Amino acid sequence: MTDTIVQAEHIVHTFGGTIKALDDISVSFERGIIYGLLGPNGAGKTTLIRVLTTLLKPDSGSASVAGVDVIHNPTGAREKIGLAGQNAAVDGYQTGRENLIMVGRLYNLSKKQAKERADDVLERINLTDAANRQVLTYSGGMKRRLDLAASIVGHPEVLFLDEPTTGIDPRSRLGLWEIINELVADGTTLLLTTQYLEEADRLANRIGVIDQGKLIAEGTANELKTQVGGDVIEIHTDDELATVVETLRGVAASEPIVDQGRKTVTIPAPRAAASLLEAVRVLDDAGIEVHDVALRRPTLDDVFLTLTGHATEEAPKPEKQKGRRAR
Amino acid sequence: MTTLSQTATHIGIITRRNVLRNIRLPQLLLFSTVQPVMFLLLFNYVFGGSIAQAIPPVFGSYINFLLPGIIIQNVVFGATATSIGLTEDLQGGVIDRFRSLPMARSAVLAGRTFADIWRSGFVITLMTAVAYLIGFRPLNGFFSLVLAVALALGFGYSMSWVMAWIGLKVKTPEAAQSAGFLPVFPLTFASSVFVPTSSMPSWLAAFAENQPVSVLANTARALILGDAYIQSDPSLVASGATTGSLVLLSLAWIVGIVVVAAPLAVRSYRKTAE
Repeated sequence: MTDTIVQAEHIVHTFGGTIKALDDISVSFERGIIYGLLGPNGAGKTTLIRVLTTLLKPDSGSASVAGVDVIHNPTGAREKIGLAGQNAAVDGYQTGRENLIMVGRLYNLSKKQAKERADDVLERINLTDAANRQVLTYSGGMKRRLDLAASIVGHPEVLFLDEPTTGIDPRSRLGLWEIINELVADGTTLLLTTQYLEEADRLANRIGVIDQGKLIAEGTANELKTQVGGDVIEIHTDDELATVVETLRGVAASEPIVDQGRKTVTIPAPRAAASLLEAVRVLDDAGIEVHDVALRRPTLDDVFLTLTGHATEEAPKPEKQKGRRAR
Repeated sequence: MTTLSQTATHIGIITRRNVLRNIRLPQLLLFSTVQPVMFLLLFNYVFGGSIAQAIPPVFGSYINFLLPGIIIQNVVFGATATSIGLTEDLQGGVIDRFRSLPMARSAVLAGRTFADIWRSGFVITLMTAVAYLIGFRPLNGFFSLVLAVALALGFGYSMSWVMAWIGLKVKTPEAAQSAGFLPVFPLTFASSVFVPTSSMPSWLAAFAENQPVSVLANTARALILGDAYIQSDPSLVASGATTGSLVLLSLAWIVGIVVVAAPLAVRSYRKTAE
């Protein structure tokens, strides 16, 4: 038997009586893994994290973390979890070290223990050099790292990271990924949400794809890619995309996927190179001018498109559904 | 479960955090202290000449009448900082962090309101010092002055709970600022803070004489200036007020406001944070 550490069952939550943020969603996973919750803005990722971290009582459903019922025993659950939300929730006017000591003290550590723990954690996230500087002077990436540090001060069994690398530069992102991987190597279980397919691909052992408050697919990155059916052909063109779709319908095993923004049409290629040749032939016959055509392994973008019919960047509804906090 | 001593520790930690913010962000300290002093000077020198005609001569100069009132006005204005600070924490995700920790639930609000007492205490001390330089004298002695300041801080504390409630209702710092000033302006201006209420139209005077800001301002004056103040105000004479009865009435307002506003704020805190 696997050791289930997070279990959410049939969670439903509605905001303002109309917007269904979570629509009968169930998620569970075992100790020691990174579970990636992947979905566009407004899919319900943050809302699910808020339920699991005791910040939000759902309308219905049950959830437990490390064996503690988060809905009926939130205080007990808080001993087991760490949370790093979308904003770096650290105080600019305190130093990095002071921020962490404060959090340690709120975990009921003595002053001495809190100082020791702060120094440990600072070393761990490579902030020792900046420890005694006010956080106001930190870069965005450093603030995120400090926020992550604050979330592990209490030795959580499960760590929840809500879009940990949104809005930071690529180099800092790599640094954060490294730290996140080290945390898991030390036995912390992690749930992270992301809109970046690459991030889920790189970090997560298992990925849950969430859209409109529902879990629409789950598996390893490879399993999800297999669902698309092997390789795909991507065609870039300035010609009318609808015509391209019509032309390719005979070749494609399933409905071609259109990305108007990037001006591409993507189709599954079950026979790989043979499919590619066939596609090129029909396009040429139809007189369509092609900028670029490529046969490639499917990315999680393709997975998402295949599963939902829309790209990850565009939410199905214009309104954000994550919480009621103004941003 | 958090024990009582843990709760006290948590409140202390959060209070310290909030006080630290005032100390470490110089522009914040500057504006929260310069503005009240500016008010004091403006009222004294711009309106003082005209208003002095309307106040009984027992006080000497207008500054003696003004300071006890403006201390009360200041703690009410200062209370809006509670709602602004709280909404900033709400937006910045700090409240989420606190709520995900196994800490005392009450510490966030208690730590915020306590921290604002410290700031008000600092500002009142500064204002009193400036007032002294331009002629203010506590006619009834130093001890009575300290007692008046303590009452003012208690009143500021009770108003902090009202502002905490408003802030949690409106949720953003910008809205908190505007919403906070909505009750603050009529309460501080339609009062005996700057002028004797006898000069107001009777319907307004009826409100001004009985609302808490006037009660506190009158009490502060009775303490700082002595019984002569009560004798000088026909409405106070008519109600048979004494310094003692005014102090009791002030305490009743302070306790009453906390008893009503604190549970409202706590309830909003639980809901809003979700």
